Amino acid sequence: MTVSPEHAPATARPEHAPAAASHRVAFTVNGRARSIDVAPHHTLLEVLRDDLGLTGTKECCLVGECGACTVLVDDVSVDSCLMFAVEADGSSVTTVEGLATGGRLHRLQQAFMDTGAVQCGFCIPGQLIAAQALLADTPNPSRGEVEDGLAGNLCRCAGYEQIIEAVLMAASAADRPGGPATIEGPARTTPTGDRASTPDASVAPQ
Amino acid sequence: MRTFAYERPTSLGDAIALLAEHGPEARLLVGGTDLIIRLRDGSIAPRTVVDLKRIGELDAEIREHDGGLVIGARTVMTAIAADARIRRDYRALAEGAAVVGSVQIRNRATLAGNICNASPAADTAPALLVYGTRVVAAGPSGSRIIPIDEFFVRSGVTTLADGELVTAIELPRLAVRQGSVAVRRTRRRGHDLASVTLACSVGADGVTRLAYGSLGPRPVLVSDETGLLADPSAPEEGKAQRLESLFSSASPSPRSMRASPDYRLAMLNVLGLRAVGTAIERLAAGAG
Repeated sequence: MTVSPEHAPATARPEHAPAAASHRVAFTVNGRARSIDVAPHHTLLEVLRDDLGLTGTKECCLVGECGACTVLVDDVSVDSCLMFAVEADGSSVTTVEGLATGGRLHRLQQAFMDTGAVQCGFCIPGQLIAAQALLADTPNPSRGEVEDGLAGNLCRCAGYEQIIEAVLMAASAADRPGGPATIEGPARTTPTGDRASTPDASVAPQ
Repeated sequence: MRTFAYERPTSLGDAIALLAEHGPEARLLVGGTDLIIRLRDGSIAPRTVVDLKRIGELDAEIREHDGGLVIGARTVMTAIAADARIRRDYRALAEGAAVVGSVQIRNRATLAGNICNASPAADTAPALLVYGTRVVAAGPSGSRIIPIDEFFVRSGVTTLADGELVTAIELPRLAVRQGSVAVRRTRRRGHDLASVTLACSVGADGVTRLAYGSLGPRPVLVSDETGLLADPSAPEEGKAQRLESLFSSASPSPRSMRASPDYRLAMLNVLGLRAVGTAIERLAAGAG
């Protein structure tokens, strides 16, 4: 880590200075209402993993380039490393743990397995969530639309061909009569930042 | 990351008061896609972070106003790239917004944040320059308008005064029909910072405006009022010469790892000529 001299704090404070009170965050995570006290500088990624134990969301580049930490906030895909948990107050968050329902894999997860898209697996939660957001907006994407939609998700195993194939397969599976259910959750409407701080009352706690 | 006090004002007045109270120890947060990276790497360490997303007066709307459009300070890139009016009348801005970062970044990053960050490589800056955009700023002494060409100083530095913040961005009514386009050169397709970024508008009055970024400390606007560049029948050699002289103040950094100065200058001229051609075609097609 390099700190340019002009920006270096003259009198560095301890990591947890008294000035920074914790904040109560009330939000819905994978359909379950949660309320938790967070430090203001803790990212949504840290709180999901360390406070809520949802370690499916991965920490990797921490600069918004790799997409391993992708989650849905109010059905919009975001890098959870670039959002403070306190900003998610009042939101509905979906992580990879929220994709499978009733003990059955989500059709994207099944398609990733069927095409061999999962190599080391580290990027896959982010890929799945980004693909979920893409298909909610664009149910029948072209190959180019899949490439653009997943451009923010890197795979160091370079399994891109199989990942793209899996997303296309999941999209076409949704079209077949008797095929797996369509993408769960409402389609994205307007990608505004955060909405009002009212906890989501439409989702009952589990 | 060093911790900080988190403030979430609900009115513009409260936000301005917080800025006045904390001065340079306060940083503003909207999308956070630049701010959080700098907080984490220690290049900034404010004592207070002021989140502007719950302020009623700062919205995420794109409204029609006085024949133009007003973009609220919380409007994210995804919304700008998808807006039918921007895609029709200010197409270069839609194209610039559509290539910022990745889907995830565009869902959080705001246009206001992009210009306040004042990166010389900002993908939206050239388009804003060719349209004569106005920045609406508010501070302790009220609200004022800053023409975008007087807004950028250098990377991370704008002409916003201490205690001021951007409340909206105004795209003025276009006095004449225009064709416009944004193009850029990156090392790879997809998510990358631009080695050259450029926008061009050709007006029905024969005026061509070009703005380029990533070739100096700030994005630069130039214009050709001779009608040469806008003339569909003028030979390309003449246009290439004209562009080279318009671009003579480009000064790419020799220290950048993304591309050499020679390469950037060569690509600036290539992209400039292509963009002029596309803008002429779009003007003829009535396609914004």
